[in-house]
Amino acid sequence: MFTHEFMRNALWALLMITPLLGLLGTVVVESKLAFFSDALGHSALTGIALGTLLGITDTTLSMVLFALGFAYLLNRIRRSGVASNDTVISVFSSTAIALGLAILSRSGSFNKFSGYLIGDILTISSKDLLPLALLSVCVLIYWLLFYNDLLLISVSPLMAAAKGTRVKSMQTAFMLILAVVVMVAIRWVGILVINSLLILPAAAARNVSRNSKSLILLSLIFALCSGVGGLMFSYWLNTATGPTVTLCGAVLFFATFLIRGRVKG
Amino acid sequence: MHNDSCFCITAVEGLSVTLGRNELLKDVGFSLNCGQLTAVIGRNGAGKTTLLRALMGQVPHRGTVKFTKHDGTPGPLSLGYVPQRVPLDPNSPTSVYDLCAASSSKYPVFLPGGVRRRVLYMLSAFGAEELIDRRLCELSGGEWQRVMLSVATTPTPELLILDEPQAGIDLAGMELLYEKIDELKKTQDMSVLMVSHDFSFLRKYADNILLLSHTILVRGTPDEVFESAEYKKLFGGT
Repeated sequence: MFTHEFMRNALWALLMITPLLGLLGTVVVESKLAFFSDALGHSALTGIALGTLLGITDTTLSMVLFALGFAYLLNRIRRSGVASNDTVISVFSSTAIALGLAILSRSGSFNKFSGYLIGDILTISSKDLLPLALLSVCVLIYWLLFYNDLLLISVSPLMAAAKGTRVKSMQTAFMLILAVVVMVAIRWVGILVINSLLILPAAAARNVSRNSKSLILLSLIFALCSGVGGLMFSYWLNTATGPTVTLCGAVLFFATFLIRGRVKG
Repeated sequence: MHNDSCFCITAVEGLSVTLGRNELLKDVGFSLNCGQLTAVIGRNGAGKTTLLRALMGQVPHRGTVKFTKHDGTPGPLSLGYVPQRVPLDPNSPTSVYDLCAASSSKYPVFLPGGVRRRVLYMLSAFGAEELIDRRLCELSGGEWQRVMLSVATTPTPELLILDEPQAGIDLAGMELLYEKIDELKKTQDMSVLMVSHDFSFLRKYADNILLLSHTILVRGTPDEVFESAEYKKLFGGT
């Protein structure tokens, strides 16, 4: 199976993307940001649509730029406390997807972009791998430097502030980094399944973890297993890779759910 | 440790917080001396938590918070904060070790090795060493307070803030908690600011009380505040 170059490229890409999503997912789950990352995924379509309007040919660039603005604005409004988190996020999410669909359908080019809904990891080329590797290294450095602060904030933002953590900057930075990783991955993974790749490994790991060390280690392992397993199953079953990867994550989640009582006591 | 001959003071002046059209706090002013326990009391929605958030710079506000060291020079105010016990998701894996290690070291808590001995030392100040491998969501009210006090007082802060520490603690636990806070303020010479509803304990342990209802209605010793007309009007003289 890995004699084909596109399969080798897809394998390398999944070996880099899934651990990133697995790592970030632990904080998304612990900080109850799953709705946020879901909205972020939906905003990708708007990014593409606005990019076509403005004549930006690189869809990843337009998605990333739009997602950065989207994440920043959503975070500002969320923090202002004018409405509850899930309400603000739902408003943003539905507005973003509606705007994207409206623009793309107006020019009659929606079909051209519908592939983004489920993505196609097999289209990844060897020249895409280097930027992905650089992104992985950057996120890893960020993780080593700031994970402790993110953990404190997830328990109590005020306690983290008392310890000298710059809570607002830290939350904004996390959301912007999440926006970049999600947008880079979405082209290959797809809008419909990106959030499950972020949430499932971390949620499965959470079922059987008694501390942060095992949460992160297991989330990484589960993300890698879903990624590689999903790629292989999609090859054998001739199914789309993104959804197959997600299904592998879902199997891991339900398996860990069933044994969680025995592990956590 | 501070010089006993002079006080260090946290002075709060003209503190106001507005959210939209609502004025949550209006022109709040008071001072906190080292070695004293000051309690903030008030009805629900009186702005108690907003006051704590403003003091910690976590909500936009007008007014100033100044700290003067025992030698009379201004200095940065170091804070310790004990959060209210919130119901955590029972599936949350964050452990006592994770929290203590993350709060006292930059070494990533998920890497091998770590700072276990340091964390045990932190917890030993409150007799909480045996809790090191427990998850935060498994802790009882009293255990939560002991762990959070360990985190908040390492390193020793100038101002220790506690937000409704009574949640989930029985009477015997409350007595222990107040005794420990009393010991801390005396031996470590720290200012303690506490939001609380335990009026009987405050009568015994608090040095000063602030009665808050968006602004400070009364401030003084427990006897002065509990005998005031404003207190009786708000709490029906109980």
